[in-house]
Amino acid sequence: MINTKSHNELLPHLFRQEYAKMTAVLCRHFGLRHMEVAEDVASDTFLKASESWAVNGVPENPTAWLYTAAKNKARDYLRRNAIFETKIRETLRPSESEAGPDIDFSRQYIADSQLAMIFAVCNPVNAPESQISLALQILCGFSVEEIANAFLTKKETVKKRLMRARANLRGDHFQLAPLSEAAIRSRLDAVLATLYLLFNEGYFSKTNDLVVRKEVCSEAVRLTLVLTENELTDTPQVNALLALMCYQSSRLEARVNDKGEAILFDEQDKGLWDESLVARGNYYLVNACGGNAVSRYHLEAGIAYWHTTPTGENKWPHILQLYNQLILVAYSPVTALNRAFAYAKVYGCEAALPEVEKLDLAHHSQYHALMGYLLATVAPAKAVCHYEQAIRLTNSQSEKRTLKRELGRLKAKAAQT
Amino acid sequence: MKEFALIFRLNDVADFKPSPEQMQERMNWLAGVAAQNKLVDKGNTLLPIPGSAKTVKPDNVVTDGPYTEIKEFISGYIVIKADTIDEAVEIAKGNPIFQVGGNIEIREVLKRD
Repeated sequence: MINTKSHNELLPHLFRQEYAKMTAVLCRHFGLRHMEVAEDVASDTFLKASESWAVNGVPENPTAWLYTAAKNKARDYLRRNAIFETKIRETLRPSESEAGPDIDFSRQYIADSQLAMIFAVCNPVNAPESQISLALQILCGFSVEEIANAFLTKKETVKKRLMRARANLRGDHFQLAPLSEAAIRSRLDAVLATLYLLFNEGYFSKTNDLVVRKEVCSEAVRLTLVLTENELTDTPQVNALLALMCYQSSRLEARVNDKGEAILFDEQDKGLWDESLVARGNYYLVNACGGNAVSRYHLEAGIAYWHTTPTGENKWPHILQLYNQLILVAYSPVTALNRAFAYAKVYGCEAALPEVEKLDLAHHSQYHALMGYLLATVAPAKAVCHYEQAIRLTNSQSEKRTLKRELGRLKAKAAQT
Repeated sequence: MKEFALIFRLNDVADFKPSPEQMQERMNWLAGVAAQNKLVDKGNTLLPIPGSAKTVKPDNVVTDGPYTEIKEFISGYIVIKADTIDEAVEIAKGNPIFQVGGNIEIREVLKRD
């Protein structure tokens, strides 16, 4: 029975893996309105495990042990609750929980519950940053502190945000039953938008802590994978998003140097790109090609795909074409600036200048960074001004460092001539 | 901000099928408008070819195409937003349609509501 592996190293790992699944199954049992009960039962179970395993050693099948313990805890809770409902409060309505069917922790049931939970949490009633915090907490088992670290926000702020978001969820009456086609159709877009933001939160995170960022990214990938495992949610769009995530993840290591500075694309060590993730990206991109609809995820995955290829004659024209289409379906200042960069790569820096100038984005640091890049050769003095403005405008320390490095390089070059 | 319809007209049906380069230029222009966040509706292309274009006139007179009496024909439209019609004119000026002798009519949109 006794496993030699210390419970101290096993439990955090299991917690991350199983807590969210357990909560999803329990939530489905108790109803979303009683989410806190489900979380209490799950937390109690892990607490019990840490106490019991410290004394008795880790059982042979820790996961099975956890689920049995959770089942018992849930049964105890329901029994206590039934007594309260019938004896003390004497409600007329028979308690739903009285029947108390055994909680099902089969593989299929866990998968279904997890999927339903993703749909419940990615609810447009909540603002995007609340949805992401909620997803990290409920779907990924992150603590408030870990979320605060990822966002570089105060714990109190995250706590308040989560409390409001949870209140909204409880009021929504979302049914955690197996998902109907109608529910999927009406909410899949919102789910994908949240997973996309969740991934970006990790990928473009304000924190320089690569471990935290990797974890957030891989959680977003994991949740998106859950969607591909169900026939109803395995749509071309979902595959396109997953392809995008794989391509981006393949470059995660190469994007930041050991000082935490962002490395510009052209200067990344391509040896650090993860080829296996590129291959997986290709696989999901092929899967995404069924059907006629081209979503923003298709376009972004297409762009990310071209970025993985060596620079050839067609690379940048393709990227520009995809950005042209992307800006038509999803405007954002960042997309507008990235498109202008691709335009410069195809038609040259000078031709791109008017394209950038008319964007009316002078309040963005990235606008000035791009202007600095475009002007570096033709008008170095102007380029210096733009880089300085970009440095003033950005809040990100790593971006500041990267821009200062560029500025230094430019000044050194100007001094030489 | 006001909305303006840009109505594209061409002189020759032969210009209607653009070369890949022309297509790329059109797309660059359209995306350039979208990049300024000034595109309201990317509109549509209106097919001028036989079988896709007819005109109905009084007394049940139906003719082929729009181009029996006027040579010019409408090839498509988009809707943009701009503060003034002058700004809309400036945006239209960058369109590659003028290279093939086409023109753009700009009309402020009065919404029915």
